[in-house]
Amino acid sequence: METGSDIAEIVGAHADCEGPLLPILHDVQARFGWVSEASIAQIAAALNLSRAEVSGVVSFYHDFRRTPDPRPVIRLCRAESCQARGSEPLAAAAATLAGERIRIEAVYCLGLCSAGPAAMIGGDVHARLDSERIAALMAVL
Amino acid sequence: MQVRISDDALAIACGADRVAQRFTELGHAVVRTSSWGMHWLEPLVELDGIGYGPVGPGDVDAIMAGTADHLRIGAIADHPFLASQTRLTFARAGRTRPLSLEDYADTGGWLGLHTAREIGGEAIVDMLKASGLRGRGGAGFPAGIKWDTVRLARGHRKYIVCNADEGDSGTFADRMLMEGDPFCLIEGMAIAGLAVGAGKGFVYIRSEYPHAIAKMRAAALLAAPLIAPFEIEIRVGAGAYVCGEETSLLNSLEGKRGEVRAKPPLPAIEGLFGCPTVVNNVLTLAAVPFVLAEGAQAYAEYGMGRSRGTMPIQLAGNIRYGGLYETAFGVTLGQLVNDIGGGTASGRPVRAVQVGGPLGAYFPPALFDTPFDYEAFTAVDGLIGHGGITVFDDSVDMAAQARFAFEFCAIESCGKCTPCRIGAVRGKETIDKLISGDSVASNLALVSDLCETMKFGSLCALGGFTPYPVMSAITHFPEDFGPERQAAE
Ligand code: SF4
Ligand code: FES
Repeated sequence: METGSDIAEIVGAHADCEGPLLPILHDVQARFGWVSEASIAQIAAALNLSRAEVSGVVSFYHDFRRTPDPRPVIRLCRAESCQARGSEPLAAAAATLAGERIRIEAVYCLGLCSAGPAAMIGGDVHARLDSERIAALMAVL
Repeated sequence: MQVRISDDALAIACGADRVAQRFTELGHAVVRTSSWGMHWLEPLVELDGIGYGPVGPGDVDAIMAGTADHLRIGAIADHPFLASQTRLTFARAGRTRPLSLEDYADTGGWLGLHTAREIGGEAIVDMLKASGLRGRGGAGFPAGIKWDTVRLARGHRKYIVCNADEGDSGTFADRMLMEGDPFCLIEGMAIAGLAVGAGKGFVYIRSEYPHAIAKMRAAALLAAPLIAPFEIEIRVGAGAYVCGEETSLLNSLEGKRGEVRAKPPLPAIEGLFGCPTVVNNVLTLAAVPFVLAEGAQAYAEYGMGRSRGTMPIQLAGNIRYGGLYETAFGVTLGQLVNDIGGGTASGRPVRAVQVGGPLGAYFPPALFDTPFDYEAFTAVDGLIGHGGITVFDDSVDMAAQARFAFEFCAIESCGKCTPCRIGAVRGKETIDKLISGDSVASNLALVSDLCETMKFGSLCALGGFTPYPVMSAITHFPEDFGPERQAAE
């Protein structure tokens, strides 16, 4: 759980930044895995914005989560080029394998479109996936 | 002997790091380079100019023992896929180490910036106009005219914004350029700064590209003294497709919801933080150093009609030889898909090709004689967009693709216009009815009405162009929607 001083530290690190809200939210999301109401309030106060403004920004972008979820995440590409290479049956197989243990999120293109289906785990990218390879990736999560 | 292996995200996603590690374990020095763009061969290993690919860690011993003929492709630079290209923007691809200032300078880097410093703003813009360079992000707007507007605009602060929010499926040229030749983009931005009198530039990169973000951050640090007093900052998107639209991107940079702004005012007059701003795509800015270094004429000599220069085309989806193919405008779609791309990866017949990302039209093979050129594509109700080509084989269900186009629009809509926000959801529901065979004729009429409304009632391309994939699917593949579909099922 984040504390007020964690958030203050993150906000302070972007003091010289023009338009600091997204960089701040990225840091909060990366460090805690979600953006809580308390941090929204604190960021709003520090940047002289209303809570509603900050909440509106958090909810607009797919990368920011408003609820915690400690499960590991696989972001599986579901965009057209990966569809053409079999991402849809793969996604169905992955969902079965994942059960409740792993969260599978859709992502729309990782720029690996000539070598799909593709997925991202943390900052790592994986291509040419099939059900065997995705099972192997899941096994070590 | 030197082992060269790319550190491009695609090569890494296909296992390049493990291959490199195996060479290192065996005591060989490995140099990490940019990617040549022959993706079906990644991880591609280069030994004294000879290529092997795709290589797995288990192949390394065989390569070193000289028993890997099945992976050997001969001299890389002579490979037919590369030999038939005209690489201006991707001239360094495969040849240099992305973060080596030495490699960059040795291959003509900074010459354009040097010229720019000598000739000054007005002359830079004149060169750009004469080159015929058009924005590579999709709209194809002449870059020189945009720059001139910013140059002449009043404002004590001006900005250069690089749109690196390449969200279209089937495109990866921006990603490859940023990962493989980051200094080229930085040089292009610094030249833009000189041209219009801007002191600061932002690169807005989508969060789905962690490798590009890391490379650009490192490159911006290394290049800082060379481009000073111009400054470049790297910013990261947060997973909103609509932020590829320039005004939405500006809102996002300012820390707001990525909603689209009504134009006018043009960003060139009132852009980032209300200041005059050049917003250009990665490839547009990366083409600039060539124009300045080699001259406007050298660039304009390539291409056809009003589409001058080269276009980095991206061959993707179910294609045998996928990758980056930079060529002058005018090559036909069929040449790209069949001759260069080798048809499908699955070996089945090509049935449909989507050009220009999720908002681009689907083409049947009957339209494969269409030349790759902005105007020619407009004439057949399509768009080039960012130059991505996604190939589908005959297992594709075009009603499902039309449904996905609506679904994608619904997921990514910024919510500002009703036709886009509500229309996309209705469209998806209506296609579902079509798929289940419910009142086919009247539901088809409903979809095309809805498309008309979205086309003319939407503020930006997301709502306005979603009709392209939908209507092209219906027009060119009616058998997937009509009574034939039900008969087939
Ligand atoms: S068309 Fe859609 S995405 Fe574009 S401004 Fe309107 S609501 Fe937003
Ligand atoms: S469509 Fe999946 S990586 Fe581009």
